[in-house]
Amino acid sequence: MAEVILQSVGKVYPGGVRAVQGVDLHVRHGEFIVLVGPSGCGKSTTLRMVAGLEEISEGRITIGGRVVNDIAPSDRDIAMVFQNYALYPHMTVGRNMSFGLERRRRHGSLLRALLSPAYAAERRAETARIQERVDGAADLLGLRPLLDRMPRELSGGQRQRVAVGRAIVRDPAVFLFDEPLSNLDAKLRGEMRTELRILHRRLGATMMYVTHDQEEAMGLADRIVVMKDGIVQQVGSPTELYERPVNRFVAGFIGTPTMNIVEGDVERDGGVLALRWAGGRITLPAGIAVTGTRASIGIRPDTLAPVADGPFRGTVQSIEFLGDRADVLVASSGVRLNARLPTERARGLREGDTIALGMPGVAHVFDGDGRRAG
Amino acid sequence: MTSPRPWLQGALLAAGSVVFLFPLWWMVVVSLETPERAGAAMTGSDGIALWPRDPQWGNYAEALAEMGSEPWVGFINALANSIVVTTLVVVGTVLSSSLVGFAFARLRWRGSGVLFTVMLATMMLPGQVTLIPLFLLFRGLGWIDTILPLAVPAFFGNAFFIFMYRQFILQVPESLVEAAKVDGHGWLGIWWTVILPLCRPVTAICAVFTFIGTWNDFMGPLVYLHAEEQSTLAVALNSFRNQYGGLDDVHLLMAASLVTMLPCIILFIAAQRQFVEGLARGAVKG
Repeated sequence: MAEVILQSVGKVYPGGVRAVQGVDLHVRHGEFIVLVGPSGCGKSTTLRMVAGLEEISEGRITIGGRVVNDIAPSDRDIAMVFQNYALYPHMTVGRNMSFGLERRRRHGSLLRALLSPAYAAERRAETARIQERVDGAADLLGLRPLLDRMPRELSGGQRQRVAVGRAIVRDPAVFLFDEPLSNLDAKLRGEMRTELRILHRRLGATMMYVTHDQEEAMGLADRIVVMKDGIVQQVGSPTELYERPVNRFVAGFIGTPTMNIVEGDVERDGGVLALRWAGGRITLPAGIAVTGTRASIGIRPDTLAPVADGPFRGTVQSIEFLGDRADVLVASSGVRLNARLPTERARGLREGDTIALGMPGVAHVFDGDGRRAG
Repeated sequence: MTSPRPWLQGALLAAGSVVFLFPLWWMVVVSLETPERAGAAMTGSDGIALWPRDPQWGNYAEALAEMGSEPWVGFINALANSIVVTTLVVVGTVLSSSLVGFAFARLRWRGSGVLFTVMLATMMLPGQVTLIPLFLLFRGLGWIDTILPLAVPAFFGNAFFIFMYRQFILQVPESLVEAAKVDGHGWLGIWWTVILPLCRPVTAICAVFTFIGTWNDFMGPLVYLHAEEQSTLAVALNSFRNQYGGLDDVHLLMAASLVTMLPCIILFIAAQRQFVEGLARGAVKG
């Protein structure tokens, strides 16, 4: 277990492309932190800089109190799980898991073992210790029956488990995961997510995890780091990010289905602020300060409901039933809104119907630059 | 295009294999004939025999004993020399070509593209062009009449195999190399423990081609090795032909030639699966 501290970390590729800039992040002991963002946002590059697979152009990375900028990946006390698992195809599962430890043996020489009985005894004890650790990790992940198989004989889920097992065997200070579940089908992904969560609780280890799937991030993380264009947008717990996104990007990225955004002009009537758009007008909650003349409001689809005099009047364009809920897409003048309604309330609706939507209060207001207001 | 009927395919393949296998079979037949019948087979005066009438197995022992100036010694020397030279050349070519191919595929350094092109360009040079400069170089080093001129260059890679290894290694996922880095390996360790074992199909091709080329190489040993006890099988066979090339001894020549060919045939059969797999892979992805 260890802390990971990133201070003003940046990555500039030859040719001047800036992939990551000014990342400040403090990953606490035993924390599960997830880096999330669209592709090309610099999340994987950041993780790879922590791993040592990518050189750090600017700033400083500290793992367990030690600056690791110039330290080789193998000496950083980390273990990494790759997107495509990166299992050595020519080695059995057991050997894949023990490979890193074999490399670190202090009594590895067969020749010396042949010449010196004392050395041979040490070597045997070391082999037994390695085997013990492999067996321990295999038991934890249910891999015992697979130890003698080759990776090509395993299913995707089993390979993923071996990749995690290989990391556990090394007992690292920090686990790094680079989109480890994205090659699995949806059902298996859900199962593995739960397993990873349980594993984290059991090991109590520091884990950094990269994904482009915000749902995965919400499900796994103690804290989430949202990135865009190489810059950290917000760091916080899943609920913080969901309830108080700092800008429109985070608001739109976190939460399924995506938050509705309505953009318009700010009207000032005495102390009261209102937002006017082509299709209507809505009064903004008191205490919100908006600078400039443009602003937008963000409405979570599950907060919208049919209300007789609701501010969003429009035509139902499509209805998708999801079991106990239904997603209803409404085209109001100038905006399209997605409402997630309980199925019984959507049942009477038909495509082409006119409907008015409203919500209990405006959840999120963003100023003209997309920053959260109030 | 529709594929031809299976029986037609089979018939064509069978006819093709008869054409290719017939010379080899004919060698076997002649090597087992009496001197008179072998001579007749050569001139065609007695028609073409498809089966030896009275197999003379002793022809083989006689032929091998007659190689060189002392009975058996010449053959055993030549065999030992061929084995030593071929082993060194195969090992050297596989190790150096895979290492250089790995570097071209995975390491980025200034000028690597240019160097790769220069290396590929060396394939265009016919061996005859470099023969004299190389001879002068090796003479300057004092390596004439040693096996060094035959073995040492193999440890400096072969342009064609470097190219093959590079193309193959480019297909190996980068994350495997990175995983090995995290596991504590340097570049050499990654090459030895991860890349080389994964390159088995290419290694099979490289080893088989190099083996056949070196085993049958006549020019190299002829130019660099002059003493009879240093000659390899190919050179010994040539001396044997000069000595026993007449119609009366053609059965012995065929027997000696067959023995010389045998290792190549056995190796090809043994490595066939890997070999064909490697060639197919090269054809699809290379």
